[in-house]
Amino acid sequence: MTFLRDTATIFSREFAPVWRDPLSLVFTMAQPLLFLYLFGPLLENGTDTPGPAWQWFVPGILIMMCLSGPLMAGYFLLLDLIGGSMERLLVTPVSRTALLVGRTLKEFVVLLAQAVLIIGLAVPLGLDPHVPGVLTGLTLLVVFGIGLGGLSFVLAIVSAPGGELFYGVTQVVMFPLLLLSGVLLPVENGPGWLQVAAAVNPVTYVVEAERALFAGRFLDAPVLWGAAAAVVTALLGLHLARRRMARGL
Amino acid sequence: MIHARGLTKTYTLKKTSVDAVRGVDLDVEPGQLVAFLGPNGAGKSTCLRMLTGLLPPTSGTARVAGHDVTTEAAAVRARIGYIGQKGGAGEAFRIGDELVTQGRCYGMTRRAARSRAEELLTVVGLDGMFARKPSTLSGGQRRRLDIALGLMNRPPLLFLDEPSTGLDPASRADIWSHILRLRADHGTTLFLTTHYLEEADAMAERVVVIDQGRIIADGTARRLKADLAGDRLTVTLHDPADVPRAAEIAAGLPGAAGLASDGPRLTLRVAAADRALPEFVRALDAAGLKIDTAESSRPTLDDVFLALTGRTIQDEEA
Repeated sequence: MTFLRDTATIFSREFAPVWRDPLSLVFTMAQPLLFLYLFGPLLENGTDTPGPAWQWFVPGILIMMCLSGPLMAGYFLLLDLIGGSMERLLVTPVSRTALLVGRTLKEFVVLLAQAVLIIGLAVPLGLDPHVPGVLTGLTLLVVFGIGLGGLSFVLAIVSAPGGELFYGVTQVVMFPLLLLSGVLLPVENGPGWLQVAAAVNPVTYVVEAERALFAGRFLDAPVLWGAAAAVVTALLGLHLARRRMARGL
Repeated sequence: MIHARGLTKTYTLKKTSVDAVRGVDLDVEPGQLVAFLGPNGAGKSTCLRMLTGLLPPTSGTARVAGHDVTTEAAAVRARIGYIGQKGGAGEAFRIGDELVTQGRCYGMTRRAARSRAEELLTVVGLDGMFARKPSTLSGGQRRRLDIALGLMNRPPLLFLDEPSTGLDPASRADIWSHILRLRADHGTTLFLTTHYLEEADAMAERVVVIDQGRIIADGTARRLKADLAGDRLTVTLHDPADVPRAAEIAAGLPGAAGLASDGPRLTLRVAAADRALPEFVRALDAAGLKIDTAESSRPTLDDVFLALTGRTIQDEEA
């Protein structure tokens, strides 16, 4: 009961700035919007993608947001750790787990709102979403996001108070993960070594699963693999974050 | 209010262990104002973080506000306030919202937290600033906001980590007036760290000195200075040849110690300079020794630290 109340407290703290300035939601999704309008049309008439281009590309944009959203959660935590506000909250009786869960929930709500907006904007461009598939896909996205959020929290905590490690790792890790997942172009067209690198990248499986789900193919093998990758990431992220919190900050 | 026994913290940094705090015993009674003094790296903040439950001790126990910091952390947290070195309010949030969040973390309803927030903003002179963000406040105003954040739960015990560091003199005086008023109005026990010696001297009734992880002195500022540093007398003799005879007379003064001469100047420590100086001057006069100047000086806490460790606090910070 206290845990739920504490989670609500932290969620409302984190969400208040978004609530008071909803336009910030659109500004923070500038990158996916640019990809949607400036990169998507390049695929539309080509033969690069297996199947209809928008059907293939929009799930990729969502993954892109799913990678950067939790990253922002870690970044905001880092700011609170560098300043004194995290310490201030840790001295109160508020649940330590709720401090992270409340933050993660806020990132979900933001991520879901942005995902729905992107899908809504993609429909006039030619996306034909399979509704139950999209809903399942969004759930998968959220599960994956929890795990990434947890990992990004741990990274923020070990990077404080300097923060250089956080910026360094996110720069070095994010882009390769993104490029090697076949978000922008299919990796099947690439050289063998690149396909191997993509095969060990968990993001690849989540992207493939999202594509299958958006097309309504629930029973495809990639859905199973993607779900497994997302669940494993979530369990790992949550476990590491909880363990790091227990050691004290 | 605070009872610590054998409190120890050992860190492992790059495979070498660092003893930040080595066996601290400390008792603070309700209503006391204690200044925790020491150079940077002495273990002040580490002690404070252990007493507030932010950091688990490596060994030893501490009961704070009636509960054990390790086994009853939640009960301790509910009863203490803490004002850290860094600003407590997040930059992205309205200051009123941060106060309400703080209250809700202590289990208050939103409504109760809101009215407490408004009340405290008035107390610290920030009324009408509920909807402002921290970035629009001055340094002194931010510090007052931190005090408000630390008081949301009406704590009987308040920890302050360097409350006045980095503020201009007027803001420092203002912060102190808030701190002292707290004590006068609510009998709040105050435990604060500072490296402004003159502040500890003027404000705290009890000074605890920590160095290299150990408490090396504990008492009123007056007592520490009298016991450890003593008052100082300096006279300049008209004829340097008279110095040895003057030194003989000086040695007979109550509590005389640390006699030293430099040309015609003779210095020594005495128990109470205000009484010793007239006596010394009369005795020199009676012996027919002529002096040009005579002065007494009271020791500072820096002299105390110097007497204890052979180093000055400023040395350490350089």
